[in-house]
Amino acid sequence: MTGTWSRFNIVSIVLGFAFLYLPIVLLVVYSFNESKLVTVWAGFSTRWYGELMRNQGILDAAWVTARVAFISASVATVLGTLAALALTRYTRFRGRVLFTGMVFAPLVMPEVITGLSLLLLFVAVGLDRGFLTVTLAHITFSMCFVAVVVQSRLLTFDRSLEEAAMDLGATPVKTFFQVTLPVILPAIISGWMLAFTLSLDDLVVASFTSGPGATTLPMKIYSQVRLGVTPEINAVCTILIGIVAVGVIAASIINKRREVQRLRDEQAALQEG
Amino acid sequence: MADMAATTESAPAGSDRPGVARALLNAVMGRLVIAIPYLWLFVFFLVPFLIVFKISLSTTAIAMPPYMPAFGFEDGVAGFIAKLGEMSLDSYVWLTEDTLYFNAYVSSIVIAAVSTAITLAVGFPIAYGMARAPASLRPTLLMLVILPFWTSFLIRVYAWIGILKPEGLLNQFLLATGIIDEPLIILNTHAAIFIGIVYSYLPFMVLPLYSSLEKMDYSLIEAAQDLGCPPITAFWKITFPLALPGVLAGCLLVFIPAVGEFVIPDLLGGSRTLMIGKTLWNEFFNNRDWPVSSAVAIILLLILVVPIMVFQQAQAKAQERGR
Repeated sequence: MTGTWSRFNIVSIVLGFAFLYLPIVLLVVYSFNESKLVTVWAGFSTRWYGELMRNQGILDAAWVTARVAFISASVATVLGTLAALALTRYTRFRGRVLFTGMVFAPLVMPEVITGLSLLLLFVAVGLDRGFLTVTLAHITFSMCFVAVVVQSRLLTFDRSLEEAAMDLGATPVKTFFQVTLPVILPAIISGWMLAFTLSLDDLVVASFTSGPGATTLPMKIYSQVRLGVTPEINAVCTILIGIVAVGVIAASIINKRREVQRLRDEQAALQEG
Repeated sequence: MADMAATTESAPAGSDRPGVARALLNAVMGRLVIAIPYLWLFVFFLVPFLIVFKISLSTTAIAMPPYMPAFGFEDGVAGFIAKLGEMSLDSYVWLTEDTLYFNAYVSSIVIAAVSTAITLAVGFPIAYGMARAPASLRPTLLMLVILPFWTSFLIRVYAWIGILKPEGLLNQFLLATGIIDEPLIILNTHAAIFIGIVYSYLPFMVLPLYSSLEKMDYSLIEAAQDLGCPPITAFWKITFPLALPGVLAGCLLVFIPAVGEFVIPDLLGGSRTLMIGKTLWNEFFNNRDWPVSSAVAIILLLILVVPIMVFQQAQAKAQERGR
């Protein structure tokens, strides 16, 4: 029994995945429900998606969210990658302990604390709450997630490639862009996607740091959820789940292809050499 | 910061000019790589905490921002010192006078601890099953565990409202199959919060558990069983101790954010459940009492500082191992 995949193992995986996926599946199924009552099935219909397209409030919020997510993910990816480089490449510098702490603490910090503290900062420096403040807040917590993702790739990176490039006369900048970056690119892309979805999903930090005119989609969803479950919200959620699922699956397929290609290239290079 | 440059040099700096120039460039680049994210986190992560602390010592005022004294050096150093005198511990005294806050802290910790234990009990068999799965299947299983994590937290919690409410899908199913005669009341109880936390944080538990279980040498268990050790004893004496780093990381990843959780108690716990994240939210958005909400945040941070430091320690250790 010990050497194989036992029945107990299979049953726990099946049950576990059922638990993880059933609520999401039900949510998606009931977004196609004709009835206004979410829990009573009255036939297949896409009417709630139609209603959604006419709901200006939700469309505006979606547009704000998309822009915040795109900008914050892009900046967070640059900052997070730099932080990952700092963590893996520079083992000794003054304040490294503090730096490590500041990178890891936001990963577990309760969102209410992050949100409140950033809001108080923005008020203290007299920055009006709105699009900019939400974006700054999102950059701050998502860059730490990017840093962790990129760092784990850097830890397995073969430094001799970089050393070879530098010995052959490449500058550090050139070495980074031509040797290091291509290898860690998959990690950077997944870091960007993670930052994007974190921003897309965030309710608590956005509620604290946002102002008039910068209502994000989760804030909109939350205000409607408090009034009760509606099929329209199910439809919004289904669209969001769809976007994220397609993105994640596509990225993992592309990553796999690149990985295979890279291994093949390395093999070819070895045989030539 | 002089030693910063030391580790950046890959080749010994020669005495020739290009060598010196490159060493200099290396040093500058090294400093920038560290300084940019460092400064960002310093300004947007560390400084805000100091401001929260400062405002927790202020008193409430009907103004914008709604606290006194307002922060700043605009009155010069003397003005700043004068304002220091106006600082008060009123907010903290307030927290101790009203048992609401104390109860909220205690119930948050209890709810988070119970949820963490349930998440561990649910997550362990899943992680173990994944680690024992055929190697070709593991990447797919891993991806399936990560995928829900990419789905909005709010959406996943929201999905449970439709399932758990009295006329919801769970009750419909149980009534239809004749398992129960009258609907179970789950929504707006602690049970709903436990379900919500376990469900939302399960991937955080499974992933670290899986990564330590996957590295385990299963011939140890075979050897133990060959020597007559019953499977349960083998589990507690071999599997569990070897999985301990994963257990620790997983539990902290669930426990720390769960203590300050807002969305789950708000949407699933109803009005009667008391959790500190919700209290802070209400204090801030409904009562508009900034000093008290800051004091609530500071105490919460003090409660969590030990677990957070243990978490960082564990992360740093894992990083050393990966090096």
